Amino acid sequence: MNAQRLRGLMRKEFLQILRDPSAIAIAFVMPVFLLFLFGYGVSLDAKRVPIAVVVHQPTAETSALIGGLQESPYFQPRVYASIRGAEQAVMTRRANGVVWLRSDFSRRLLQGNTASIGVLVDGVDANNARILEGYLQGVWQNWLRQRALHAGTPLIVPVHDEYRIWFNPALRSRDYLVPGLIAVIMTLIGALLTALVVAREWEHGTMEALMATPVGMGEILLGKLIPYFFMGMGGMLLSVALAVWLFAVPLVGSFWVLLFCSALFLLVALGMGLLISSVARNQFVAGQIAIIVTFLPAFILSGFIFDIQSMPAAVRVITHAVAARYFVSILQTVFLAGDVWPILLWNSLALGLMAALFLGLTLHRSHKRLD
Amino acid sequence: MPGRIWALVIKEFLALLRDKKSRFVLIVPPVLQLLVFGYAATFDLRHIPYGVYNQDPGFASQELLGRFRGSATFRQVATIENAGQIAPLIDNEKALLVLRIGPSFTRDLLLHRPAPVQVIIDGRNSNSATLALNDVNSVFLSFDTHWAAEHRWGKTPAQLVIRPWFNPNLLSRWFIVPGIVALLSLVVTLLVTGLSVAREREQGTFDQLLVTPMRPVEILLGKALPGLIIGGLEGIFIVLAAIFWFRVPFIGSVPALAAGMTLFLLAAIGIGLMISSLAVTQQQGLLGIFLFLVPAIILSGFATPIANMPPLVQDLTYLNPMRYFLVIVRGVFLEGDGFRALGPQYWPLALIALSSMSAAARLFRHRMR
Amino acid sequence: MAASPLRFIQVGKHFSRGAARVRALDALDLNLTAGSITGLLGPDGAGKTTLMRLAAGLLLPDVGTIQVLGADTRARAAKIQAEIGYMPQQFGLYEDLTVQENLDLHADLQGLSAEAARTRQRELLRMTALGPFGTRRAGTLSGGMKQKLGLACALLRVPPLLLLDEPTVGVDPIARRELWGIIQGLKDQGVTVLMSTAYFDEAERCDEIILLHQGKLLKKDTLAAFRLPLQGRCFRVTEDTGNKRRLRESLQRRPGVQDARIVAAGVRVLCQGPSVEAAPGERWQAETPTFEDAFVDLLGTAEMPDEAAPAAPAAATADQDAEIIIEVRDLRKRFGNFEAVKGNTFMVRKGQIFGLLGANGAGKTTTFRMLCGLLPASSGTLRVAGVDMRRATAQARARIGYVSQKFSLYGNLSCDQNLAFFSAAYGLRGTWRRQRLQWAVQKFQLSDYREVNADQLPLGIKQRLALACALLHAPPILFLDEPTSGVDPLARREFWQRVNALAESGVTVMITTHFLEEAEYCDHLVLLSQGEVLAQGSPQQVRALAQDKTHPEPSMEEAFIHLIQTHENQGRRAS
Repeated sequence: MNAQRLRGLMRKEFLQILRDPSAIAIAFVMPVFLLFLFGYGVSLDAKRVPIAVVVHQPTAETSALIGGLQESPYFQPRVYASIRGAEQAVMTRRANGVVWLRSDFSRRLLQGNTASIGVLVDGVDANNARILEGYLQGVWQNWLRQRALHAGTPLIVPVHDEYRIWFNPALRSRDYLVPGLIAVIMTLIGALLTALVVAREWEHGTMEALMATPVGMGEILLGKLIPYFFMGMGGMLLSVALAVWLFAVPLVGSFWVLLFCSALFLLVALGMGLLISSVARNQFVAGQIAIIVTFLPAFILSGFIFDIQSMPAAVRVITHAVAARYFVSILQTVFLAGDVWPILLWNSLALGLMAALFLGLTLHRSHKRLD
Repeated sequence: MPGRIWALVIKEFLALLRDKKSRFVLIVPPVLQLLVFGYAATFDLRHIPYGVYNQDPGFASQELLGRFRGSATFRQVATIENAGQIAPLIDNEKALLVLRIGPSFTRDLLLHRPAPVQVIIDGRNSNSATLALNDVNSVFLSFDTHWAAEHRWGKTPAQLVIRPWFNPNLLSRWFIVPGIVALLSLVVTLLVTGLSVAREREQGTFDQLLVTPMRPVEILLGKALPGLIIGGLEGIFIVLAAIFWFRVPFIGSVPALAAGMTLFLLAAIGIGLMISSLAVTQQQGLLGIFLFLVPAIILSGFATPIANMPPLVQDLTYLNPMRYFLVIVRGVFLEGDGFRALGPQYWPLALIALSSMSAAARLFRHRMR
Repeated sequence: MAASPLRFIQVGKHFSRGAARVRALDALDLNLTAGSITGLLGPDGAGKTTLMRLAAGLLLPDVGTIQVLGADTRARAAKIQAEIGYMPQQFGLYEDLTVQENLDLHADLQGLSAEAARTRQRELLRMTALGPFGTRRAGTLSGGMKQKLGLACALLRVPPLLLLDEPTVGVDPIARRELWGIIQGLKDQGVTVLMSTAYFDEAERCDEIILLHQGKLLKKDTLAAFRLPLQGRCFRVTEDTGNKRRLRESLQRRPGVQDARIVAAGVRVLCQGPSVEAAPGERWQAETPTFEDAFVDLLGTAEMPDEAAPAAPAAATADQDAEIIIEVRDLRKRFGNFEAVKGNTFMVRKGQIFGLLGANGAGKTTTFRMLCGLLPASSGTLRVAGVDMRRATAQARARIGYVSQKFSLYGNLSCDQNLAFFSAAYGLRGTWRRQRLQWAVQKFQLSDYREVNADQLPLGIKQRLALACALLHAPPILFLDEPTSGVDPLARREFWQRVNALAESGVTVMITTHFLEEAEYCDHLVLLSQGEVLAQGSPQQVRALAQDKTHPEPSMEEAFIHLIQTHENQGRRAS
């Protein structure tokens, strides 16, 4: 390893970065674009869901229940006089569910019989339907409680549930999506940066010229790794800043831990990029491979949006090969839960191993030769 | 004129299918994505890991816990003895939730007093937490109903009878898999049409094409038809896979789906050709496709509902053809929709197809000048 | 005498392309003389680049050994690379970096101290005349300047051995001359140079020439030794009518004639023996053999199918009074503020071979694209076959054939599929279509390649296929954009024979080229410089413009350089 040669290579790389906007676009514009898109576009928090309420005989009891729905931030009730009209509303996608208070509703309540509240939810979007069910149960239980309080009758709910939601008491989906998103974005950026710039050297013939000089393969790789590592960290910091200040995601854990883990993960991502570029020697193919082998798995198999616990066992095994899964876990913990050492250590260890594996493989595969 | 277009179509197909790499791109990623999305992309919670901190020596708590143990949704991973053990369990993601039952649970219940059960839940993944809370709540409810009846607490004044429509077991897969029809036919169509002109520009054959007596419209049609055919075939393949492999019910009208798919593919082709006429190299084409595709997928309602987005973003989704086709494909699969129910989805798609195609034709002609 | 700086001992190298194994070099023995310039020549695919890369230690031989400066490339590639200078074909300059920054990078890579780097760089910048461009980005330099910069980068440390892979390809004659000046200077410093080239005149300047063919060493010797067996077999033939094309055809078919080619003063003939019968009216004059003669003699001329007499001999007269088929008046093209073509006027007559010449960036490609209707003109008249090309109607396009620089074919379609597609694109149908397809396969000798993908074809065959595709609809006008660049000398000659035959049959051919000796094949030339017509007329007329005391009989290349330099000087004085 020769310091002068390495310095020369790094200076060249920095100059290229400054003059060719594509690297800057990948490192800084892309994260902003993706964060905005996902931060605003992806949300699992249902709000003001249109819902049809069928009331055959309006009474004080029914209006109390409808009042409960109206007060809830989750619903936007609309009253229908017949079930047919309500069903039609669901069919034409003007309502996501129906709450059906039959004509005998108030009578049965008065007589002390159990009145049933029919609920139909549009089950096409299963997840949304489930969330809706939960909210409806909440409104219903509230109504029962209010009613018991007013009438002075005992509440017939033996188990009094007390929920303590840790780390994200409001259950804002953005708080868990944004940190995970950072992992997905960094995977893409890290791999694209190195894969594309090395492929560019092959395409322009500069790699051949470099190889015929005294420079060693290790120096060439390091000369790529160091500048893009700093670029990637820049992109990372930008993403964290946006997450904290724009999307108001709390950062509970320590910033330095976050920085350290990000550095580790970036090494993995850059290593993947270098490995890809040692296989694909043109930018087009390298870009495609980078998107297919890094972005898609990071998106679906990292636990960023879909819970790994819920996947079939075989798929769960596969997720262990996806570097982003470890980083998603680290990010969600550092952001929301704080420095939980066992989680941080195990995941960092996995990342360290993967970084060593990818960089080692790259070094092993790269010869100063053209074949 | 039809002869020339036909020759161009045949040539496009040969160029795509004779190349090992593009054959691979057309066949392998779609199948892979179908499998990954079909199996891995699920919001359904199973085997929720939970811990129990039971201070109550009585039988009531055992009965309650028995209900959790008997449920397929839950999986007990720890029994703990003191409050200090709760935090590590949750922090380290060993358990998603911990049930803490106080020492007087059975006694309170026997005295007809509501007894508290504390549920401590990891909110890091808010969606999982929300769903787990719902599941816990249902177990409590069934316990309540049962206990109230057995121990003569009186009748609950009202009960919820929930019946999901279209998807009785609320399986995520029924929602996701039909969505893949839209996703993959969009991706494939864009790849076929978005890169075809750029590829010819790079190879220099585009000039060769332009000096033949072919008119721009003919070239455009020759480029559009392969996208329609390949996108359509791929769409049909996924529809069949959804029905026969993933067992998603298909109860709607086939012609309604076919009409929707044709309109959708035409819109996708129009956009692909627009990208194509702007891109000089395949690289630019790919970038253009990426820049269109990612927002189009995210803002389509494919994975998360459009209704949850901020109003401004919701307005933006009206420009997205995938938004309409997702409604069509899910409507036909699960809700049994026909032409009439889908009318409001057809005309915006047709409008997008028409405007993107004519924009592509204009750009194309402009570029040639 | 010093030990040989480069020695190949029984070297063999294969590449696997898919399932097939391609032999690149076979049992090659080679020895370079220290302090000499050695030229490396051979047709496409002869293994020139492989040889260079093997010598630089970037490839390892399958069998045999290579010793560079006494070290084995297998064991000590790093040491070798630290000492030699190597410039790959497409020199790897960082286009976003300035001239100075590129030099700095290589100074660092070579481990030069700051002081040494500065002195050497100053020296190199002076030598290459790049000094004023130090802060220009490499990407904005012209082709010739790039090559000079690449050379400078390889020369930061004066290497004992310099390997140059086609350093002059795509470089205009003026820059080529400068590059040669630098290389000659290196020889005087004791550097051993091995360079591959496609130019015969460059080969003649080398101390020794290596001729490779299909991975084998055909001959390695001095120029004199190459010429020796050809003494008394080379002639220049002239005839009164002055129709060199017709004369060449007749000579080529004569028994005992190995090769005939058109040169400035007539037709140059290489005979198999000393005695060939002269036809009446011909004047034969003995000439000294050149390396090109030796090349043709050793590699043989490509076989052409027996040409029947031209289909339309009546139209064959490319007279000055034939009908005007392309008419260009006051043609202009502006890109933003930059005027690429500045009010040019010229006429092309039916049956002519019309050449468009110029240095890089002279506006010839722009003019050409306007003529084919691929680029709209900013102003002026442009009529092709009587149709206004500014309205680029399909009907005009049906009357032209076009072969682009890169022989644009659909790479993963077979020969047959390419032909079938283009025949349909030109609207051919029925029996006529079948006949033309058959004609193309037979006439262009494609029957062995019908199922082969266009990408897999050797460049020469690819060129034939491209030409066949462009001629399927029997167009009266053929546009050829640098059809011979990158094609090896043999394929180039064969190509010109075909073009000649086409012109004889009455097809008008419009062609651009940067091989100036090819200009002799044209009936009429237009020389462009900085977007203006510098000179036009027959080759003799253009050459005559450059005649002066120092050059009583200038070659086309000399004329070209002279005219352009005069023009540029005038331009400088005017501004």
